[in-house]
Amino acid sequence: MAGFILSKAARAFAVLFSTALFVFVVLRFSGDPAERMLGEFATPEAQAAFRTLWGLDKSIPEQFLIYLQHALQGDFGKSYADGRDVFDIIKQSIPKTLTVSVSAFVIAILLGIPAGIVAAIRRDSAVDRLVMATAVLGNSIPMFLVGLIFIFIFAVWLRVLPSSGSSTWRHAILPIATFALYNAASIARFARATLIEVLYQPYIAAARGDGIPPSEIILRHALPNAAIPLVTMLGILATSLLGGTVLVETVFAWTGMGAQFVRAVGQGDLNVVQAMILVFTVFVVTINLTVEILYALLNPKIRSQK
Amino acid sequence: MILIVAIFAHWLAPFDYTQQSPLTRFAPPFKLPDHLLGTDFLGRDLLSNLLAATQTTLMVAMIGGTISAIFGTSLGFLSAHYGGWIDNLVMGIADAMASVPFMIIALGVLAVFGSSPLLFVLLMGVFNWWRYARLARGLVLSANADGYAEAARIVGVPPLRIYLRHILPNIAGPLVVQFTLNFPEIVLMESGLSFLGVGIKPPAISLGLMISYGTSYFAIAWWLVALPGLVLVLTTLSISLLGDYLRDRLDARLR
Repeated sequence: MAGFILSKAARAFAVLFSTALFVFVVLRFSGDPAERMLGEFATPEAQAAFRTLWGLDKSIPEQFLIYLQHALQGDFGKSYADGRDVFDIIKQSIPKTLTVSVSAFVIAILLGIPAGIVAAIRRDSAVDRLVMATAVLGNSIPMFLVGLIFIFIFAVWLRVLPSSGSSTWRHAILPIATFALYNAASIARFARATLIEVLYQPYIAAARGDGIPPSEIILRHALPNAAIPLVTMLGILATSLLGGTVLVETVFAWTGMGAQFVRAVGQGDLNVVQAMILVFTVFVVTINLTVEILYALLNPKIRSQK
Repeated sequence: MILIVAIFAHWLAPFDYTQQSPLTRFAPPFKLPDHLLGTDFLGRDLLSNLLAATQTTLMVAMIGGTISAIFGTSLGFLSAHYGGWIDNLVMGIADAMASVPFMIIALGVLAVFGSSPLLFVLLMGVFNWWRYARLARGLVLSANADGYAEAARIVGVPPLRIYLRHILPNIAGPLVVQFTLNFPEIVLMESGLSFLGVGIKPPAISLGLMISYGTSYFAIAWWLVALPGLVLVLTTLSISLLGDYLRDRLDARLR
């Protein structure tokens, strides 16, 4: 088991390293930072001084090593836009993003999986139709629109919750609800489909034939077998959640990573963009690693394969 | 229906969508006789704007979807034909791109290279290409094992011709289904990016951009968000339903 985790972790690290390298090279080849920062009318001497200052006169591999060394010490340079330490910006925004996305994810699972199970068991009943119709609708409205609808209902119309900002816990309610609703819809659809497929397997029919009560069939036989596809799906959803933060946080002016990333992109603040992409990659890689480890825990076959 | 509207947008629109009339700003729907759906913050006719925006959105999705279908399918074919390290490379990149949210990749690319319409459409073109690549690769591998491809090879038909004339028509079904499933996702991605202000830029207009404008005037003019939003949802929903229908039809015939 330890060897399994270690080999997966090594691969995750390789992915992270190549992303860092790729982003770095693309950024360096996309334009001269000295020209970008000082404007086109800067004297050659000023440009040269700027390059020496930021170490841009060295070769690209050297620069990359220096960047990596600094990055490992938590130094990602300064924001071009307001001179703040990039590391500080990231440090402040990560907890905000985690608050919203993790709680939304948990709520989505708590809502989506039971809804999917009920819909699968009572297939083609009114409950099933209701759950599925809600889920399909919830999935085809873009997330930022759901957010805006929530703002309209709760902030403009009922005036019970603040529309945007990120100072108090009340500000977190709407972003979390938006996220949770959208993901619960996906989870419910997928859980239903997976469980229905499992329920058609011969061993379920055999268990039924043995006279095992239906509730036990679902809990002991069907759910463990539906777990692996579900974990895969939740992993994919968790990474897509990261992409979603970009939209939801912007709608609610919630100053997490997504909103900061959008701001940096809009202002061409490349130091922040670069660091943010790395942080996002760390999250993606971590999620994927967790999913792989969960697989191994759920299914002994995968453990021995490596 | 939405397609028809989008195609004939220019003839249907009662006004030029950029035409401004400061005197009739923020007119709600059905209030002014000549502005059927009301006007926006510059007094532009909302109906005409909506039509133009739907057209842009669908066009971007259409071009982007086609590019990614062709690009992804060709890579899938290459992968299946050569196998070995080419296969590993293509599928490796596909896995990598599939695991990172495309929204982040797209924003990163737009940050580095600046936003231009051409780049934006190309970006939509690489969105989800890996799905076609994986799908096409699998289909080609199984088609190669089938009798008809083998037969064509034995009588000396060149590989390219086998792929285009014999295998492609046989595996087109699932690829078409993939296209219809992809289309709404591109529409959503486009509106998302335009909503963030890095996609379609004024004076061009798309549904996402309209919603983004409307957001600023949300409290006093709800219809500026609600109507483009409604069109967006109807578009994606109807294409999704079409995709589901096609999948059921084509799958039944395949199995």
